[in-house]
Amino acid sequence: MADEVILLDFWPSPFGMRVRVALAEKGIEYEYKEENLSDKSPLLLKMNPVKKQIPVLIHNGKPVCESLIIVRYIDEVWKHKSPLLPSDAYQRAHAMFWADYVDKKIYSLARQVWLSSGEEHEAGKNELMGCFKLLEGELGDKTYFGDDTFGIVDVALIPFYSWFYMFEQCGNMSIEAECPKLVAWGKRCMEKESVSKSLPDQHKVYDLLMDLKKKFLAK
Amino acid sequence: MAEPVKLFGVWASPFSWRVETALKLKGVKYEFIEEDLTNKSDLLVKYNPVHKKIPVLLHKGKPICESLVILEYIDETWKGISILPEDPYERAIARFWAKFIDEKCNHALWTACWSKDNEQEKAIEEACEFLKTLETQLKGNKFFGGETIGFVDIVANFIGFWLGIIQEAVGLELLTVEKFPNLCKWIDNYVNCPVIKANLPPRDELLAYFKARQQPPTGPKY
Repeated sequence: MADEVILLDFWPSPFGMRVRVALAEKGIEYEYKEENLSDKSPLLLKMNPVKKQIPVLIHNGKPVCESLIIVRYIDEVWKHKSPLLPSDAYQRAHAMFWADYVDKKIYSLARQVWLSSGEEHEAGKNELMGCFKLLEGELGDKTYFGDDTFGIVDVALIPFYSWFYMFEQCGNMSIEAECPKLVAWGKRCMEKESVSKSLPDQHKVYDLLMDLKKKFLAK
Repeated sequence: MAEPVKLFGVWASPFSWRVETALKLKGVKYEFIEEDLTNKSDLLVKYNPVHKKIPVLLHKGKPICESLVILEYIDETWKGISILPEDPYERAIARFWAKFIDEKCNHALWTACWSKDNEQEKAIEEACEFLKTLETQLKGNKFFGGETIGFVDIVANFIGFWLGIIQEAVGLELLTVEKFPNLCKWIDNYVNCPVIKANLPPRDELLAYFKARQQPPTGPKY
């Protein structure tokens, strides 16, 4: 019996991108449904009544929510291709630690750089760069965070590569100058079809985020 | 001979308690190393340089950090009672509720207990909404894990034990049997579950610990 896989998503969302990348890595066919977050569909509200957020993966009618939880689900169900987590328990814990770090730190700081001003903006920008440097240290000279194989930490972080142009414009900073290895890693990941087909263009993201910023500040 | 397992924690911390519970469920012998968070040991900083927080599990000389990550590591490494379900969908559901409780509920409850005036009013409202969600999710089950305790129950320990004590310490009535009968019944099942009961920190000592504080100890993660 063929699997029915639906993804409720919003194109510039880094969280949605994680799921797109994971599905592409596994070669899973699915139906993509774009959500309007200012007018959420009855399907989204039904499938994620607690958080009412994208992404939501609907697999044979059953919803899975929270991007990294969805990525792990995809990895566990479609386990015969492109594993996203190592098989060794310690290495898995190590990978999940860093995926969790990305999950807890990067988006809130990204938002600060995007939307805030003054001292809050400066603090956000500095802290974000600090996080990128720490991640760059963890990456070291490896090809990917997963070492030779593209893994869950790469999946967790790479969507933010599509937000780099916005960080640089809004933060008046050069990520390449401060974290050259991280940018090189981003470019390497973008050479993978699963990533390049899942991430939107950085300029397109920037334009949309600036539009949203105007609306946000007008409120 | 098996390598010693060590756990860096704080006796009053719900986070290190989660790890102890999981180790005890699996029958794993371990050495508990009490940390003074006002004067963190060199070892703690060495083993958790990123966050410098407890709990840290040390197994075969290698550190694992972040309580939810540690719980899954324990479940995968040692046989015995399963903490997470076997089925991938059930696992995803358990992870979802654990994350919801750990990140949303606990933060709101903590703020509700320790804030004042308008901030407290707002925090209480938010905390009650989250508790209502959990109340519905329990659906009259004995535990979040069904008939036996599991991942979500272990992670919900703050609600299961600490919340009642802090409520008493600060004089707040948030989680009442009138408003949340399912949750109160769950708490009762929880604290009477043998492995939980044997492992809980002494109630009177924990109460004194929180009463002694004018300010909360540096927020929920300590």
